[in-house]
Amino acid sequence: MSMTLVQVVVSGLLLGAVYALFSSGLSLIWGMMNVVNFAHGDFVMLGMYAAVMVWTALGGGPWASAPIAAFLIGTLGIASYFLLVRHIMRGPMLAQILGTFGLALFLRYGALFAFGANFKTLPDNLVGHSFVLGSIRFEGARVLAGVVGVVVTLSMHFMLTRTMLGSRMLAVSEDATAAQLMGIRPQRMQALAWAIAGAATGIAGALIAMFFYTSPTVGETLSIIAFVTVALGGFGSVLGALVAGLLIGVIESLSAYLIGPVYKDVIVYSVFVLVLWFRPQGLMGKT
Amino acid sequence: MTSPRRLLQLAFLALILVYPFLVGDSAVYQRLGALVLLAAIGASAWNIVGGYAGQVSVGHAVFFGIGAYASVTAFAHAGLPPILGAPVGMLLSVLLAAVIGVPTLRLSGHYFSMATIAVGELVRVLSSTSEWLGGAQGLGGPPMPRTVFDLSFLSAMPYYYIFLAVLAGLLGLTWWIERGRMGFYLRAIKDSERAARSLGVSAGRYKLYAYMLSAAFTSLAGSLYLCMFGFVDPESGFGILISVKMLVMAALGGAGQLFGPLVGALILVPLEETSNSLLGGQGAGITFVVYGAIIVIIARFLPNGLLSLFERRPTAPTQAEPAATTPASGHAD
Repeated sequence: MSMTLVQVVVSGLLLGAVYALFSSGLSLIWGMMNVVNFAHGDFVMLGMYAAVMVWTALGGGPWASAPIAAFLIGTLGIASYFLLVRHIMRGPMLAQILGTFGLALFLRYGALFAFGANFKTLPDNLVGHSFVLGSIRFEGARVLAGVVGVVVTLSMHFMLTRTMLGSRMLAVSEDATAAQLMGIRPQRMQALAWAIAGAATGIAGALIAMFFYTSPTVGETLSIIAFVTVALGGFGSVLGALVAGLLIGVIESLSAYLIGPVYKDVIVYSVFVLVLWFRPQGLMGKT
Repeated sequence: MTSPRRLLQLAFLALILVYPFLVGDSAVYQRLGALVLLAAIGASAWNIVGGYAGQVSVGHAVFFGIGAYASVTAFAHAGLPPILGAPVGMLLSVLLAAVIGVPTLRLSGHYFSMATIAVGELVRVLSSTSEWLGGAQGLGGPPMPRTVFDLSFLSAMPYYYIFLAVLAGLLGLTWWIERGRMGFYLRAIKDSERAARSLGVSAGRYKLYAYMLSAAFTSLAGSLYLCMFGFVDPESGFGILISVKMLVMAALGGAGQLFGPLVGALILVPLEETSNSLLGGQGAGITFVVYGAIIVIIARFLPNGLLSLFERRPTAPTQAEPAATTPASGHAD
């Protein structure tokens, strides 16, 4: 009984690491530009389709699909920034929300048109086989996803906090005009943030495609998961997103196990509403 | 100077009044007219809180669905004409709006939009697990009209005039609010909530009033939808696309303008119906690709909607110029 519970928590943590990975991209953009990407879940969805395409066309596993998805979605991020986000950032609130929301609909239903409504899955044994460690069963794909999720999220965190480039990006998010006077180009840094966020999201999509159903509408749920994670972790904090992502993963798998699979979304959405109501700055957010 | 404009308005009004007779022998065009008006009711209701008060709700399907389900359960569980569920739905919607609104309206900008998305999805998932509401299959209204009160007609013409009457009432009410004290407060809150507060406007209370009023009419739109279509399931009642359509129509025409939502509905509903009938089953997908593209283009090039192109006062663009830079500092708090 208690062993089953440990099993549930472990698989929640592994899933949560992937949540953390794509949510940290949303958090980065949010913290830097005060722009919410309502299409974020749909970026993940496209990363999932990239993995499916790489498998069906080339027969490649996650080692091939993750870099390809990172490149494709990173490029999509840069394109979104230059063609859309740059222009709506300073516009009215309604235009900001509509802009990325329209992008979400465009990508979601474009994917429906291009790939069809049918669910697509990757073979179970794409990454090794499952193994048992102290009576807890580990599936190869989920372990890989969890480890890569944590490693990439942590490297994003260190890149932002410990390198020159990270300091430049931080400077732009604090005060774009002052940064410009110091010789930093704000637009280049902001485009870079979209590229990094897109790449992280693409990797997360390629990882999650190994054990999720890939469908055009999956982005809707993933967007909300990213919102919950960022809200819980504190807007703009990558480390916060990591902690919150793991927490959301555990909450989700515990509620699926204890209450029923249908209710796992209900619980996660409720957590979101409660966090926004009672602690809008997040668990680790400033002020 | 205003005379040609007034003539044009009167001609437009007359056209709307006799439209079903102009297309007399075409059931398709009569139905299209009714659908435009129904969509305009929903979008105009959204406009009160989303346009005038500037609180961008992406979860209005909650109220639409409550209206539709209140009507269908009035029939399915009590054998009453569906329209009798409408006042119950409106009352429930107003109460729920108060429950959601009190904590949620304190959130500014994006946070409010995200919270409404989450609440909307929460209600949709819960409704599909409820046996009483027919689960994922949904519920149907009267298969055959029993009395005229079932509001179940073969022709779309009665619906057209019912919807027109409701829309006229809603727009009249909106117009009255717009010109009064509350409209002034809402515009002040939309421009800068902090400034409005410092001038003594109790922003929270007026945002809540707008939200509750908006919820009531969105719910009525849901009940009317049920009367015409006779069926609702979680997706057609509480689906996020229902919320999206309302806000897109209002934003396309001009959010915060009296006739903005109607203009948006006049463009988008025929577009949707045409692409659905031309492309059949695949049409739904393409429709929303087009929707998405339209939304992106409005946001990028026409952030104030189509009606802003016909802005009456020539001073408006110059006033909007400094305002364009304020949101960057305005929502930073």
